[in-house]
Amino acid sequence: MTRSFDEERLGELLRLLRPAPASWVRAAQELPYARRTFDEIVARAEADLAFREALVADLESALALEGYEPDGRIVAEIRARLTES
Amino acid sequence: MSTPATLSDADLVQRCRAGDSEAWNELVERYSRYVYAICVRGFRLSDEDAEDVFQDVFTRAFMRLETLRDGSALKPWLAQLTRRRCLDAISGGGREQSVEEVMGDEGSSDMEEIEEAFAVREAVAGLSEACQDILDRFFAQDQSYRTISDELDIPAGTIASRIARCLGKLRTELEGRNEAADGSSE
Repeated sequence: MTRSFDEERLGELLRLLRPAPASWVRAAQELPYARRTFDEIVARAEADLAFREALVADLESALALEGYEPDGRIVAEIRARLTES
Repeated sequence: MSTPATLSDADLVQRCRAGDSEAWNELVERYSRYVYAICVRGFRLSDEDAEDVFQDVFTRAFMRLETLRDGSALKPWLAQLTRRRCLDAISGGGREQSVEEVMGDEGSSDMEEIEEAFAVREAVAGLSEACQDILDRFFAQDQSYRTISDELDIPAGTIASRIARCLGKLRTELEGRNEAADGSSE
């Protein structure tokens, strides 16, 4: 643990924890919303055959058409889920 | 009711588990620099790998928060998640370098420094907002006196002395914390 606190050392330590890129932080903060979107899309795909077929045919376009704008990670998860089932 | 920024880690985790999105925002805010530092300073990941690990760590944390028995252990839990994912990124990325080569002999001391830096950052949170702001702008964001002067609307000639004063207060804060820690361990 820190015991000597000269200004130079404090400056070095303060420089060490730089802000992560804002877009990374924002994406991480939006995870709850993203997960809800994922769950909603998967539930719809399981209940609505036409929606599921549209997703399988062209995932990005089908999502956009329905007003969903999930990020790439969620799209990849949906694609994987569709492939599994 | 406490605002998320003033909550302990244990309370923050509890609120996150209850679906409080403001608490989740605070959890990410509180630990984003720490996770980022482990990726880029501790393991020297490229920006691309660091971004993947960063997002994956918070995704896993969000999905597995229920499995964290003791919410006050959030920081070591996140550190462990991050280290594992960094190692996966290094070993699974088809790199020719080994983990030892990437981290070098100084790898463990880098991790110790990150821990030390986090403790200092926690102490910074005990200072006035003005001090928190100017120290962060100058040291962590590399802003020049000119930029700080323009953005905070304060004379450029007073910035060095303001920073020095805030560092003095930070030193006092840290010494107080260490004395308290020493006292409680005796």
